[in-house]
Amino acid sequence: MKKKEAKTKKAKFSWNLMWKQRYLLMMSVPFVIWLIVFKYVPLWGWTMAFQEVKPNSFALPIWERKFVGFKNFAQAFSDRLFPQTLVNTIGISILGIVLGTVAAIFFALVLNEIRFTRFKKVTQTVSYLPHFVSWVIIASIAKMLLNDGGALDTMLNTKLHLMSTNSAVFWIVVCMINVWKEMGWDAIIYLSAMAGIDQGLYEAAKVDGANRFARIWHITLPGIKPTAVVLLIMSIGGALNVGMERQMLLSNGIVQDHAMVLSWFAYVRGIGSNNYGLGTAIGMFQSVVGIILLLIANKVAGLLGENKLI
Amino acid sequence: MAKNIYQIRNSRKSENILDYVLLVFCLLLIVMTVYPFLNVLAISLNDPIDTMRNINFIIPRKFTLSNYIYIFEENNLGGAFVMSVVRTVIGTAAGVICTAMLAYVLSRKDFYFNKLFTVLFIVTMYVSGGMIPEYLLITRTLHLNNNFMVYIIPGLIWVYNVILMRSFIEGLPPALQEAAKIDGANDFIVWAKIVLPLCTPTIATVALFMAVGQWNSFMDTYLYARDLPTLQYVLYEIMESATIKVDPHVQASQLQSAVSPMSVRMAITILATVPILVVYPFLQKYFVGGMTLGAVKD
Repeated sequence: MKKKEAKTKKAKFSWNLMWKQRYLLMMSVPFVIWLIVFKYVPLWGWTMAFQEVKPNSFALPIWERKFVGFKNFAQAFSDRLFPQTLVNTIGISILGIVLGTVAAIFFALVLNEIRFTRFKKVTQTVSYLPHFVSWVIIASIAKMLLNDGGALDTMLNTKLHLMSTNSAVFWIVVCMINVWKEMGWDAIIYLSAMAGIDQGLYEAAKVDGANRFARIWHITLPGIKPTAVVLLIMSIGGALNVGMERQMLLSNGIVQDHAMVLSWFAYVRGIGSNNYGLGTAIGMFQSVVGIILLLIANKVAGLLGENKLI
Repeated sequence: MAKNIYQIRNSRKSENILDYVLLVFCLLLIVMTVYPFLNVLAISLNDPIDTMRNINFIIPRKFTLSNYIYIFEENNLGGAFVMSVVRTVIGTAAGVICTAMLAYVLSRKDFYFNKLFTVLFIVTMYVSGGMIPEYLLITRTLHLNNNFMVYIIPGLIWVYNVILMRSFIEGLPPALQEAAKIDGANDFIVWAKIVLPLCTPTIATVALFMAVGQWNSFMDTYLYARDLPTLQYVLYEIMESATIKVDPHVQASQLQSAVSPMSVRMAITILATVPILVVYPFLQKYFVGGMTLGAVKD
């Protein structure tokens, strides 16, 4: 039977084969059509970045639209909002990656080291909870807690102005909320990496007189390094893709200057002011830079002798 | 020698202290995670006027259900709640069936288009057209705006889930499928009668993933279907407006027990969180498995 399968695997195209696999075709072709419509057609939409597309010219076939070359990109880069938006995106991104990675690894280490098994489970279960809660709910809770005169201000009897300081403070607030939401969840992957470390190494280190800190430093951390590097490369690739949803929900009029990120900017210019070409150009810039960053990070990891992603 | 023993003992002591440091850290973390939710719950169950005094408490000082009664009577929240439930149920059911079907086909190495289709799907995990082209596709080309289908069709399949399920199906003993085929079952029957019943664990994982995604989804309502508000969207609207329409004909005496935006918001927040809490015990069991399974994908 197995041999036969290997044979059919290399089979050449024939209508006979298609008829034999008609059920498989019926079970997959509709989804491929779905995929082309909802994933590949928007990719084709990138052509709009090089055209002038406004609501009235959208209905035109592609060859009748006005081709403008890189004008949309030039317009995006010279927009008065663009410099601040780019700085915000990079700032929030780097801060988010650093804080998120450090917090997740630290928390995974804590869970890995703690010896009260029952208690460890409870902590872990509680720590995932915010991951499953939507950003709208998190924003609602965060505003109740952190707004001026909110629960935290009342508790500490001061005015922290966490949600009303129009500066990089807002980046920190956003990133800390993100850490609060995702730390437990992100730690899972590091925990499973730690579980994969050879226990014999710990035994040997113990015999050699290494204490707990030394074992963490010399065994656990090097053991999870490959995982951390891969995750880091991936997050650097997504560095410009700071989601609009979170930024929009957590911000308010006062801090908007420091909350605006590229994806939101694309929405404001593209859909808010109906300049589809411009919006697409901003989105495309974001994706292309993302791919370049991913390749650079991958290369750097390779040069440093780490495992590469690609 | 004696000194050596002393040193070992000393280090043991510090290591035991470390255990308690970790314990305290975890306790703090639990408090930091749970406290905000308790705070919200307490405000939602507290008298709104009393809440204005000080919002920092976790046990209701003046217990009342008036906030919940208000949101269902005045804010037409019932409709939004039903919308959230309906989209979650239909979206999840449709999504799981489609995911399972596709995963089965892609697990069949003898299928002529296996490689091609797999690559086509995986590519979309890494490149996407972005928000504006998608927006235009859905609103201008397909005219799905303010159509219920916009909640179901564009997010029908998550490639990640397909891969998760495919690797599970590949792990099933092939003899079962072969036996069924010898008995004359076609591929669809094999999928429905043999593969699907064996897939219950991954189906649970995928269903929970999709259900949580559907329930929490906000951007699609915001972008495409503001006429079909879900619970998440209503909560967003209330958060943005920060004021609540008070009927001008209401007597001043009735206003005494009126609602405050804060209390109403907290009540909706709880309403939107509770379903997640209800499925949470299942969630974390299946999700964690799914997460680490996905981490070692081929």
